[in-house]
Amino acid sequence: MSEIPTPSQTAGPFFSIGLERMCEEIAAAARSEVGAVTVRGRVLDGDGAAVPDALLEAWIPGEAGEFARAATNEKGEFAFLIMRRGASHLAMVIFMRGLLRHLVTRMYFPGGAPNENDEVLRLVPEERRGTLFAVAVPGQPDAFEWTVRLQGENETVFFDV
Amino acid sequence: MKRAELPIFERVPEGTQPPYLYPDYRSSVKRAPTRPLISLQPTFSERSGPVFGHAPVAETDSDLTAQHSGAPIGERIVVSGRVLDEDGRPVRGALIEVWQANAAGRYRHKNDQHAAPLDANFTGWGRALSDAEGRYKFLTIKPGAYPWANHHNAWRPAHIHFSLFGSGLLSRLVTQMYFPGDPLLAFDPIYNGVPDEGARRRLISLFDWEHTTPDHALGYRFDIVLRGRNATPAEK
Repeated sequence: MSEIPTPSQTAGPFFSIGLERMCEEIAAAARSEVGAVTVRGRVLDGDGAAVPDALLEAWIPGEAGEFARAATNEKGEFAFLIMRRGASHLAMVIFMRGLLRHLVTRMYFPGGAPNENDEVLRLVPEERRGTLFAVAVPGQPDAFEWTVRLQGENETVFFDV
Repeated sequence: MKRAELPIFERVPEGTQPPYLYPDYRSSVKRAPTRPLISLQPTFSERSGPVFGHAPVAETDSDLTAQHSGAPIGERIVVSGRVLDEDGRPVRGALIEVWQANAAGRYRHKNDQHAAPLDANFTGWGRALSDAEGRYKFLTIKPGAYPWANHHNAWRPAHIHFSLFGSGLLSRLVTQMYFPGDPLLAFDPIYNGVPDEGARRRLISLFDWEHTTPDHALGYRFDIVLRGRNATPAEK
């Protein structure tokens, strides 16, 4: 028996009603853990304008696994805490009004030789790889910044999986 | 959050998922990627995913009519169904989060400016975990249709938003459940963004006598198929 997966539909502009509670629960749990890193940034549309209604989810696989969820604010800014545990990257899914299905991408932590051998990065044309990398925040060893550009010259790389 | 056994993911059949750019849905134009997506064989990062089988989900979280001091206004409905994988096998412990407008078509959200009344007894939020057979059930009220700014005289058909986590990141699904016979479906660019008619119809719930409870609530059935197959072969 082979079933066709249920189609995706947009999360729309009001997803916080349904999804915010878990944002708060996860954030509260992460705040109590020692060693979590902060990832913050912005989501920008094709005009370079802030996307105030995007939802980002980050996943680090592992024995326990780490998950974070954050929505953007009016300025298109998001921030979340996640236990990095030495991971090279976060698997990211992004939802928003305007997208009938979610985006799949990755956020790599800067630095480190392992990235050179990363099987996924190698699929990405060199000139676009930078869009997948967060930058370290100077003076804050546990903070990273990452901008998601939905369109334009530095459009973030998205994956079809 | 324990990692479940990793499922196998294949490509979804052509046309069964909506495209990113769908100009009839106006806000896709500035938000859909313009560069070609990079095709990826699922790795550990995508085949695994968060599992919420032990999430602090209360029984009352799935009763959207009992979250305030009084009863919300509207037609009470039971929305239930099964969460299945692509082999038709139950997905257990799937976290299901739902949100919706009230009976008047108004969301409890600061950006919803529709001139319809809020209901002090209705938040429009719920969540549940699927059981060992993949079954879930919500008690709620039927949401109203509401206007939106996509085009002249645009109205969204009544719908309930669903968010689901299955066994892998690629099982992740956010979708909308519609109601049978809704005349607005034919004009809705979000519903019609799914090219394949058979796949699209999966989004419409079925009237459900089995869960219609006498003197209380009408039943609607909404089965959900998540991407992925269990690595061990199906018995069928």
